Amino acid sequence: MKAFTFERATDVDAAVASSAKPGARFIAGGTNLLDLMKVEVEKPAHLIDISRLPLRDIAETPEGDLTVGALVSNTDLAAHPKVRERYPMLARAVVNGASAQLRNQATTGGNLLQRTRCPYFYDVAKSCNKRTPGAGCSALQGINRMTAVLGGSDACIAAHPSDMAVALMALEATIETKGGSKGGRKIAIADFYRLPGDTPHRETNLEPGELIVSVALPPPPAGQQTYRKVRDRASYAFALVSVAAILDLDADKRVRGARLALGGVGTMPWRALDAEKGMVGAEAGDKAFAAAGAVAMAGARGRGGNDFKIPLAKRVVARTFAGLATSISKG
Amino acid sequence: MPQKHLLTRRLLGTTAVATAMTGVAARAQIPQPKDVQTAIAPAPSFPGNLDMNLDVNGRQHRLSLDPRTTLLDALRDHLGLTGTKKGCDHGQCGACTVLINGVRMNSCLSLAASREGDKIVTIEGLADGEKLHPMQTSFVHADAFQCGFCTPGQICSAVGMANELKRGVPSAVTIDVAAAPTASVDEVRERMSGNICRCSAYPNIVAAILAATEGVTK
Ligand SMILES: Cc1cc2nc3c(=O)[nH]c(=O)nc-3n(C[C@H](O)[C@H](O)[C@H](O)COP(=O)(O)OP(=O)(O)OC[C@H]3O[C@@H](n4cnc5c(N)ncnc54)[C@H](O)[C@@H]3O)c2cc1C
Ligand code: FES
Ligand code: FES
Repeated sequence: MKAFTFERATDVDAAVASSAKPGARFIAGGTNLLDLMKVEVEKPAHLIDISRLPLRDIAETPEGDLTVGALVSNTDLAAHPKVRERYPMLARAVVNGASAQLRNQATTGGNLLQRTRCPYFYDVAKSCNKRTPGAGCSALQGINRMTAVLGGSDACIAAHPSDMAVALMALEATIETKGGSKGGRKIAIADFYRLPGDTPHRETNLEPGELIVSVALPPPPAGQQTYRKVRDRASYAFALVSVAAILDLDADKRVRGARLALGGVGTMPWRALDAEKGMVGAEAGDKAFAAAGAVAMAGARGRGGNDFKIPLAKRVVARTFAGLATSISKG
Repeated sequence: MPQKHLLTRRLLGTTAVATAMTGVAARAQIPQPKDVQTAIAPAPSFPGNLDMNLDVNGRQHRLSLDPRTTLLDALRDHLGLTGTKKGCDHGQCGACTVLINGVRMNSCLSLAASREGDKIVTIEGLADGEKLHPMQTSFVHADAFQCGFCTPGQICSAVGMANELKRGVPSAVTIDVAAAPTASVDEVRERMSGNICRCSAYPNIVAAILAATEGVTK
């Protein structure tokens, strides 16, 4: 690990002010940043420990939003009664990630900003455009079983690893910040992540030193919701494919509304808007659900090792919607 | 990779830090071929140790540590509390699990400096004098270990898990996340998935935890 100086921020303004120091980075739970510092993929010169900032509340606004402080632990988010009742897909997504110990330590802001688990990004002896812009991408021709099939470029096909962010995509969350050139703003999660293009090292539209202070969840859309994750072992593994889905049916069992986002397959948490639109008005059933999977994966491109994710994702989408339809019909 | 890592950490904990602190002077004493010696850049300036107070097992410890020191290394190398184990050093095995303010966490992915002001309990601090914690007793009764390397982490994790069940924290196998979860084999297996047992003593570990889960308070 490279040497760094350390400070504990006492309030939000002080944290933002300190971020102007050369090589400064925020550290929250540390479960991703410290891990990457150990392998010298991350080399901050100065750490600002934000873990004691008063950003640990989950509160309801008069408009019916639920705001989640950036430092709410993943466990506390999943365990909150309002989240379990109104946003069960989010509770499920969170508890499907990492381990209980990690979820106790990991924060909402840190989870959004966790970096890819692409093995070439972690291995400093291999080339990676995300780690060293312009170095080349070893994954394109390499062991790319875990990489993305949607949103990739010739510079990078690293998959986004977060489960939580996939549910937040489907729920249309908004990220609130302090600092940066505007002094703070609200960013819709749809505008938060960036496709790799030829700048895969820039993963979000956050500015350097911009601090996430909270995440706002609008009232949930009508319908049943869930999160389903497929992985190499039953627990404590990153997604091969995951699906966050909401299904709303009318009395004639036609689709009134749907939401669909995917994890494990995209270079960013992946919203499948076309698939959602295509379902509206269709009769709930295997045909409509298979079509949703096909539309969601229409632009997918395999690179060899990850080809299997394309048919797998289609099936997981169809099965997840079918499960929701069954549970709606059971009342 | 974990192997390689263990090595780097060890080096860091001892040699590298010592070198960094003494800087060029220490290097000059090592005989080097002339051309190599001139090629060595001066050591980057070491920002200095951080003074911190750690509350471990109810005792305050005043420490002066390299900011890079993880809580795990502080416990093992600086406080002599070697009950907490280092398996992977990357959050992947759970051997380093301790309780922080009653909540289980991986001490390998936490900086010691970040833990100032927290109450840390390690396996050494679970017992009440000579009286073992009920979870420890249950592990003994159920013969819930083979080599024992993962055991301190398993026990601390299990104590934390019992509290989480009480608080109603859902898990990936909880069918209705809005309902209060209950202890079952499936729930325990899922909730303990962050603790890997290389000896695969899982059946007895699950049995020990189920037996002790009622009435855990610490
Ligand atoms: C073994 C292992 C398995 C895992 N499995 C999964 C999994 O299956 N699914 C999954 O989703 N995740 C998984 N994770 C990742 C885990 O969810 C993340 O490491 C965690 O959510 C990061 O949160 P943190 O608070 O620890 O972030 P940190 O490590 O503290 O920070 C991460 C990044 O975010 C920045 N940051 C943090 N907070 C803020 C803020 N408020 N404002 C601005 N910047 C900020 C930091 O500067 C840093 O760049 C796993 C991790 C490990 C180690
Ligand atoms: S040593 Fe393996 S999780 Fe910390
Ligand atoms: S008892 Fe040997 S690793 Fe668990």
